[in-house]
Amino acid sequence: MSDAAVYNFAYLDEQTKRMIRRALLKAVAIPGYQVPFASREMPMPYGWGTGGVQVTAAVLGADDTLKVIDQGADDTTNAVSIRKFFERTAGVATTTHTSDATVIQTRHRIPETPLREGQILVYQVPIPEPLRFLEPRETETRRQHALEDYGLMHVKLYEDIARHGHIATTYAYPVKVDGRYLMDPSPTPKFDNPKMDMCPALQLFGAGREKRIYALPPYTRVVSLDFEDHPFEPTKFDRGCALCGAEGIYLDEVVTDDCGGRMFVCSDTDFCESRRTPPRAAAPGLNEVPR
Amino acid sequence: MSALDDRPLLVAEGLTKHYGQHIGCADVSLDIHEGEVVAVVGESGSGKSTLLGLLSTQLLPSAGSVRYLMRDGEERELLSLSEAERRFLLRTDWGFVHQDARLGLRMGVSAGGNVGERLMAVGWRHYGRIRAEAEHWLDRVEIARSRIDDRPDTFSGGMRQRLQIAKNMVTRPRLIFMDEPTGGLDVSVQARLLDLIRGFVSDYGLAAVIVTHDLAVARLLSHRIVVMRHGRVIETGLTDQVLDDPREPYTQLLVASILQA
Ligand SMILES: Nc1ncnc2c1ncn2[C@@H]1O[C@H](COP(=O)(O)OP(=O)(O)O)[C@@H](O)[C@H]1O
Ligand SMILES: [Mg+2]
Ligand SMILES: [Zn+2]
Repeated sequence: MSDAAVYNFAYLDEQTKRMIRRALLKAVAIPGYQVPFASREMPMPYGWGTGGVQVTAAVLGADDTLKVIDQGADDTTNAVSIRKFFERTAGVATTTHTSDATVIQTRHRIPETPLREGQILVYQVPIPEPLRFLEPRETETRRQHALEDYGLMHVKLYEDIARHGHIATTYAYPVKVDGRYLMDPSPTPKFDNPKMDMCPALQLFGAGREKRIYALPPYTRVVSLDFEDHPFEPTKFDRGCALCGAEGIYLDEVVTDDCGGRMFVCSDTDFCESRRTPPRAAAPGLNEVPR
Repeated sequence: MSALDDRPLLVAEGLTKHYGQHIGCADVSLDIHEGEVVAVVGESGSGKSTLLGLLSTQLLPSAGSVRYLMRDGEERELLSLSEAERRFLLRTDWGFVHQDARLGLRMGVSAGGNVGERLMAVGWRHYGRIRAEAEHWLDRVEIARSRIDDRPDTFSGGMRQRLQIAKNMVTRPRLIFMDEPTGGLDVSVQARLLDLIRGFVSDYGLAAVIVTHDLAVARLLSHRIVVMRHGRVIETGLTDQVLDDPREPYTQLLVASILQA
């Protein structure tokens, strides 16, 4: 008997998946609003993407193709174990190629290859509440959302500039969704914020420990907060990828030997590999020539 | 502008607050006019803070009402305001100075961020202008500009109280509520703070409700005085009259005790 027959499809029972889908529908109907849901125990500890896994389980169908990334890479322990989990429990096809995937679960990055209509990007979220940093009371942050009372978020950005001379927040950079809700884009680098704006794919966010789900339907306006005299600027890298030469993409610094050698390479491993593998054409929408 | 308009800024009628069986404050009626400073005095537990909480809509009354003359000249029943309207009023037209600065300040946020918070809440989005405004108000409360990026937990007690005042003043409130603002401060620090408050009240035509158990503070700052006992107002009048010639035996006792001290 195969493993897939032992588990219910995608591990969760149908009742639970329906409950999560109801939360997802509400989240899609109110872009950026944090919908509470009855987060379940998963066979992995919190902090390992249980929120994302539950969302993925609820949206996955038998004919989906799943990709899982962690910090842009398909081959980290976390990404591999989540991918295996769904191979085992749902028997779905998996891929590392962004353009072949119908569902992509991610921690910390948005793929460089532009997403298209019909794809779903599922984010693993540790702390869904962007105001938590300055306001520990849940009752108060809820009221602030209800009243669109977001001055406090700018206090945080003010503090950044006062301390560092510029907005030093580079991860989980707060955004305003569809002109209404303040949202934490999860710990993605601010480099990826512009990709969220008017994205053709459906973006779903799951926070397991905090029991919250939120969403960006396709083509939702997502604006990064800033000041008139300190406008939002995505991170820029002053070099290209040492492996594939791509420019204008997000780079990770990697140590190459034990004598302090290091280089900067694409954080998106699939993107980098497809640019270096001739048979697969360069990813659509990006046409830098490898140097 | 208000020469034609002698309506009080705030009118409280029959304010009552029960804490379970216990009475916090009972049947208090009070008017506050523009630019008027009212001191609420009485011993500990007499209901001063409860009354302040009711006047400022921080507490829900068991009975009674509070009406307020909004900036647009319209008189509104405060309990009927929407939460959004109430918040807007609290952080634009009103101010609060707490005895415990931690209630009035964000201790983890710089002095400039504290002063700028109200501005950002009402939509200011220019860092340079917010900072310039914060510097201006730090000057006004005699905190060195060089401290603008320091957190209030590095400030002395007197500086924290002055920072609370600056934080409130940026939106030019018309009414400020203070609960024992000088409580726990050294005498010389108290004197400086009282001086500053007095200056602000006259320079900006502020109305204020000041809760204090210290009759000397009431004498120095207030035009009118309200004496509370067991949750009720037992005597009220012009400050000098009440303190020089108290009617009620209890007030006489209060005044006598301070003269002895
Ligand atoms: N939250 C509360 N719950 C129960 N009783 C309270 C509460 N707050 C105040 N009281 C009681 O109400 C009375 C008035 O208190 P308070 O307004 O704090 O007086 P004051 O400020 O004059 O010291 C006191 O008897 C006090 O014990
Ligand atoms: Mg009190
Ligand atoms: Zn590369």
